[in-house]
Amino acid sequence: MEGSRRDFLKLGGACALGLGALPVVKAAAEGEQPEVFSNPNALTGTRWAMVVDMKKCWEKSKNGCQDCMDACHKVHNVPRIEGPKEEIKWIWTEHFENAFPGRGSELSEMREKPFVVMCNHCYNPPCVRVCPTKATFKRESDGIVLMDMHRCIGCRYCMAACPFGARSFNFRDPRPFVEELNMDYPTRERGVVEKCNFCAERLAEGRMPACVEACKCGALVFGDLDDPESDVRKIVASHFTIRRKTELGTEPNVFYIV
Amino acid sequence: MYDGKYIITGLVIFVAIFAMPFWYNVGTASVPPDPKLDTPVIQQLAEKKCVESKDYMKREHMQMLDDWRDWVVRDGTRWYTNSEGKKFNMSLQNTCMNCHSSKVRFCDQCHNYLAVDPYCWTCHIEPKENE
Amino acid sequence: MLERALQGSQRYWSWLLFLLVVMGVGAACYMMQLTNGLTVTGMSRDVSWGLYIAQFTFLVGVAASAVMVVLPYYLHNVKVFGRITILGEFLAVASVTMCLLFIVVDLGKPMRLLNVLLHPTPNSILFWDMIVLNGYLFLNIVIGWNVLESERKGVGYPPWVKPLIYVSIPWAVSIHTVTAFLYAGLPGRHYWLTAIMAARFLASAFAAGPALLILLCFLVRKYTKFDAGKEAIQKLSQIVAYAMIISIFFVGLEFFTAFYSNIPGHMHSLQYLFFGLHGHGNLVPFMWTFLILAVVALVLLINPNTRNNEQTLTIACIATFVSLWLEKGLGLVVAGFVPNPFDVIREYAPSLPEMFIALAVWATGFFVLTILYKVATSVKEETSGASH
Repeated sequence: MEGSRRDFLKLGGACALGLGALPVVKAAAEGEQPEVFSNPNALTGTRWAMVVDMKKCWEKSKNGCQDCMDACHKVHNVPRIEGPKEEIKWIWTEHFENAFPGRGSELSEMREKPFVVMCNHCYNPPCVRVCPTKATFKRESDGIVLMDMHRCIGCRYCMAACPFGARSFNFRDPRPFVEELNMDYPTRERGVVEKCNFCAERLAEGRMPACVEACKCGALVFGDLDDPESDVRKIVASHFTIRRKTELGTEPNVFYIV
Repeated sequence: MYDGKYIITGLVIFVAIFAMPFWYNVGTASVPPDPKLDTPVIQQLAEKKCVESKDYMKREHMQMLDDWRDWVVRDGTRWYTNSEGKKFNMSLQNTCMNCHSSKVRFCDQCHNYLAVDPYCWTCHIEPKENE
Repeated sequence: MLERALQGSQRYWSWLLFLLVVMGVGAACYMMQLTNGLTVTGMSRDVSWGLYIAQFTFLVGVAASAVMVVLPYYLHNVKVFGRITILGEFLAVASVTMCLLFIVVDLGKPMRLLNVLLHPTPNSILFWDMIVLNGYLFLNIVIGWNVLESERKGVGYPPWVKPLIYVSIPWAVSIHTVTAFLYAGLPGRHYWLTAIMAARFLASAFAAGPALLILLCFLVRKYTKFDAGKEAIQKLSQIVAYAMIISIFFVGLEFFTAFYSNIPGHMHSLQYLFFGLHGHGNLVPFMWTFLILAVVALVLLINPNTRNNEQTLTIACIATFVSLWLEKGLGLVVAGFVPNPFDVIREYAPSLPEMFIALAVWATGFFVLTILYKVATSVKEETSGASH
C-alpha cells in the first residue's frame, strides 16, 4: 500500500474532524424541540421565603403539635428512622439555644422554647457552591434550593457545607421505613442526600407548601419576598424578625417572629 | 510449545468460562416479551394512545424520560405538549404508570428479556400489582 | 520494566499475599457497604464524613511530599537526592491511588462517579480536587516511569519530561492546597475556618511524607541492595525536623487564636478533642498520644546526635508519622463536625466494616508501592555504579 505517514495523518485528521462535527450535525438535524410549559395556575415568585411566627405557634397550638412536620413528612414519603444517627428530617423543632446558638442568654426562659426549623433556602447557599455535580442547585427563576436525586453522587459535601444542619443522608434504603406511602410522590434511594424543597411540586400546581397548609394556627406564612404585596414582605417589613446565623452571610430566607 | 501443558489447560478453562452463558442455558428458551396493555385505565381511554407513538416510545422512552426529568426537576416546567398537541403532566409515577399500571405485565416484560435493570422504581413508586 | 515485579524472594511474595488477603477482606466488606448503604459505617447525620475522608485528607499530604525531594534536586541541584527522587515519585503514586480509592469508597452512589466529569462545576472545590489529584497521579507515573526507564537504558531522560517535572512541583503544592480549601471555605464549620488550613496541610505533609520516605529507604536498604545514602537520609531528616517544628507551631497558633479570643465556636472543637466537652471525649486519648509522640519526635529530630543516629531517627520518623496521622487522619475531620451546627455533641467512632475497608485501601496502596519499589530497586541494582 502506497502512502506516506504524512498522508495517513492527513486522513486521520480528516476523520477526527468529521467525528467531531457529528454531534453538531446531529443537533442541527434534530429539528424542533417539544414544547414544555408550566401550569398556568402555578404560584410564581422570584424569591420564595417563609415567615415562622413562633408566638402564634406557642400560643395557639397545644404542646406537642406536630401538624406541619407530619404533613411534610407524609406528603414527601420521608422515612421514620429512630435515633440521631440516621434519622431523616425535612422540618422539625429545635430548642432556641440550638437553633440560634450563641444568641440569647442562658438565663432566659427562651432557652428551651421549641423552634420550627427547616432548610433556609438561602439566597447565598454554601451547599450549592460546593456540590461537584450541581445535583444541589438554586433555581434561578424562584430561588428555591433543590436537589436532583438522579444526579447526586452521595459525597455529602453539601452536608458539611450547610451551617444549619438542614440536610439528611440516606444511609440505607428508606422504603421500608416510610410509614404510609404517598403514591403521588416518589421516595428516595439509599446513597443520596435530601432536604426540604419548599414543596416545589405543590407550588407548580398552585398550592401552598404542605406545612403551611397544615398549620392550624397560621404560624407559617409563605410568599415571594420580592413582591411588595406579599404577606411575607409585609411581615418582614413591619415586624422584628430574626434569622439563623446571619453572620455567615448565607442570607437565609426563613424569618422567625419570636 | 514451551510450558505447553499450562497453556493448553489455561486455554481450556478460559474457553469454558467464557462460553458459560451458552452451555449453561442449553435446552432452555427465553419466553419472548409479551407486554400487556389491558389495564383498567387503558381500557377506559377514549383514544388508546400513549404520550407519543408506539414506535417512538419503543425507541426513545428512556431518552424522553431523561428529558422530562431535567425539565421537571431542574427547570420546574411540568407539562409536555406531544407531537399531536395533546398535553401531559411529565411524571413517570403519575402519568406513565397511571395507564401502564402493572409493572410486571408491561415494563418488566421487555426489561427482563433484555436483562436491563433500570432502577427508576427504587424511588418512583410502582403501582400496586393486582394479582 | 514491570516484569521485574514478577521476580522476587519468598518474603516478597508472602508480603504481597498478605496484602491481597487484607484487600480481599476489605473488598467483601465493601460489597456489604454497596448492598446495604453507608449504614454499615459509623457515620451519622451529624458526623457525615468519617474515617474514609480523614484518611484521604492525610494521604494527600503524604503524596505531596514527593516534591520535597524533587524540588531540591531538579531546581537547586541537591545531588544527594538524585538517587531517591524515584522513590518519592512512586510513593506519591501509591498515596494518590489511596486518596482516590478512599473518595470512591466514601461515596453514597459510586456508580454515578462520572457525573463529576459530565457536569463540571468549577465553583466546587471537589471538582478541582478531582482534577489536581488525577493530574498529579498522571504526572508522577509518567515522570517516574520515564526517568527510571532512561536510567535502565543508561541514557538521559527525554527532554519532554523536564517541563513535566517542573509542573509537578507547584502541582504538588496545589493538591493539598485544594484539599485544604475543601475544609477552609465552609462557613458553618468553625474548626476548619482558618486561613492557615492549607499551610498546616503543607507543614504536616512535609513532615509526615519524608518521614515515611526515610523509613521506606531503611526498609529498601534492608531488603534490597539499594542504599539511598547517608547524606540523602540526613538531608531528609533535617527537612522532617523543620517541617515538624512548623506543624506543631501551627497547632499552637490554632490554640492561641481559639482560647485567647475565647470565642465559643472556635474553642469548642479543640476542647472536645483535647479535654472532652460536656462529658464527651472519645478522641481525647488519641489527641494526647499525638502530642506526646510529637514531643518525642521533636526532641529526637532537633538534637543532631539523635537525628543522625539511625535507630533514634527511625523512632523519630515513626513518631512523626503516627502523631501527624492522629492529628490529621483522625482529629481534623471528625472534630469539624463536633459540635454539630446545633451546638450538640454527637460522637463518631468507625465501625468494624469501615475499618476493614480503610485497611484494605491502605493495603492496596502498599501493594502498588511494593510493586513500584520492586521495579525501581531492581533497576537501580542493575545499573548500580552507572551515573544518573
